[in-house]
Amino acid sequence: MVEHGHVGFPDQGLDAQARDAEGLSVSLHQAGPIPLAADFACAPGELLGLVGPSGSGKTTLLRAIAGLTRVASGYIRCGGQSWFDAARGHSLSVQARRIGFVFQDYALFPHLSARDNVLLAVEGESGEERRTTAEAWLSRVRLEGLEERLPHQLSGGQRQRVAVARALARKPQVLLLDEPFSAVDQVTRRRLQRELALLRETLTIPMVLVTHDLEEASALADRLCVLHGGKTLQSGTPETLFRTPDTPQIARLLDRHNVFSGEVVAAHGERRLAWGPYRLEVGQGLAAFSPGQSLRWYLPPSDVVLHRRGRPSNGERENPVEGRVREMVAMGGVTQITLAFDHGTETLRFEITTHAARRNALARGEVVQVSLLADAIHLMPGASS
Amino acid sequence: MDWSALFVSLRLAFGTCLILLPVGLWLGRRLARMQRRRVLVEALVALPLVMPPTVLGFYLMLAFAGDGPVGGFWASLTGTSLNFSFTGILLASLVVNLPFAVQPIQRAFEAVPETLREAAWCSGLSTRQTFWRIELPLVRSGVVSALALTFAHTLGEFGVILMVGGAIDGETRTLAIAIYDRVQAFDEAGAGRMSALLLGISFLTIGVVYGLSRRGGRRHG
Repeated sequence: MVEHGHVGFPDQGLDAQARDAEGLSVSLHQAGPIPLAADFACAPGELLGLVGPSGSGKTTLLRAIAGLTRVASGYIRCGGQSWFDAARGHSLSVQARRIGFVFQDYALFPHLSARDNVLLAVEGESGEERRTTAEAWLSRVRLEGLEERLPHQLSGGQRQRVAVARALARKPQVLLLDEPFSAVDQVTRRRLQRELALLRETLTIPMVLVTHDLEEASALADRLCVLHGGKTLQSGTPETLFRTPDTPQIARLLDRHNVFSGEVVAAHGERRLAWGPYRLEVGQGLAAFSPGQSLRWYLPPSDVVLHRRGRPSNGERENPVEGRVREMVAMGGVTQITLAFDHGTETLRFEITTHAARRNALARGEVVQVSLLADAIHLMPGASS
Repeated sequence: MDWSALFVSLRLAFGTCLILLPVGLWLGRRLARMQRRRVLVEALVALPLVMPPTVLGFYLMLAFAGDGPVGGFWASLTGTSLNFSFTGILLASLVVNLPFAVQPIQRAFEAVPETLREAAWCSGLSTRQTFWRIELPLVRSGVVSALALTFAHTLGEFGVILMVGGAIDGETRTLAIAIYDRVQAFDEAGAGRMSALLLGISFLTIGVVYGLSRRGGRRHG
């Protein structure tokens, strides 16, 4: 796993060791029945998104952290405490781990009111105190007045909030969220996501969110960890992952389209990236390769600049390429354009506003010129086609 | 009216329910979560349902005899015989009613999603607390129908009880057997009264079950 920079979040100053001691660190490996090769960490107050297609082992990892699934080898540490250590044959019970788990279907107790669902997870103290604590949690998720309701008398969004309140009422050392927004409609999902984003600001424990929704993950998580077949492939901020995926596979898993094959060449006394007839300038990284080496490269769609017809500008001298519009998909205010090139079957995708597409009189079959911004070209060595 | 027969019947029904309740809860819960050998155990539990009562009674009679496996053990333990005794018909009644006690409870446990138990553990509840506070309230209607079925079925059981217990007054003659005896003795009026009583009890049982499950239904949705 490659750890990318982790910027702009409360734990920024913590080194890996501190993160290890205070936060959650997980290393789980097994050959079967569900193959796992997962290593990741999550700092206090950090929200880590585990993303990957269904069957990639996301939920298994979450269940292993909770102690609901036993894994053959590895360790789980949280808050400076060892929860699981296969080498020493040590494994804390689910109850001893202090986890807050929000299940995909919420798993509310159907015979208990919202208050009693939360109350069950509140520990110690007197009955009156526990009751007050439970009600405080319910009001924190904005469910005042609904304490007496049974789960079936609540809407999907309200149920999810009860589940979150119950998970947090345990004063957990880690919050685990398993697809917490998948069971509600789009409008409710947006609202709940916003509420989680606000709520998490107040939490100082590691939080792990499992989701197959990339948009959701990148909106909510500080860092993402990409999983495939139980293996953690890369982790980093959403920005890092989306701009510099390590391999074409990761780009594909993250639904990034613009992956191409190229070759390093020497031209004009410097290294260039040969792609078809083009000799592309690359912002950085090319010096590490020797001419003749073939590699894959990636360009974020945001770094493709469409040339305006008949109005050349400065930016157009940067890696200009010419392609034919193969596909135009207008989705709301944005139009996604797919370009095909004469020199191969690889296609380039980018987005422009729909009115810009109209103003430029773009249409299928038209030939257009675009610039590929050199600084954004990301080389993926060791993954030659 | 054969009051001693009624008393034997009620004692048998309550005794059977009392003993089969924990057995049904344990076995039903185990079966609901069992992976391997489940079909085998289920078939064994269901066997009394499909066996002719006289056949089952015959085998139980053999087993309960002084030289039989169960009867011999019982005799060495207590010095008394199982056949033609209340204990004997109680044991037989337990075997006969096993499916009625286990199956509804098993279905109820199967309807409790595994994630609820996991959510309870994650909330800090021990396995025992999870059983009492989450699982048991959720299988309540299953338990009530198991008890009702067992109770009503014990009152009506005829063949097996007759084979194992005969019809000893105050010991093994149940109401159902007493009715048969009355008819054999051409006492239709006596048989009619007792039949009406059994009918009444059965109706009451079903009423109580429906009442309880309705209440449960309103609470749980």
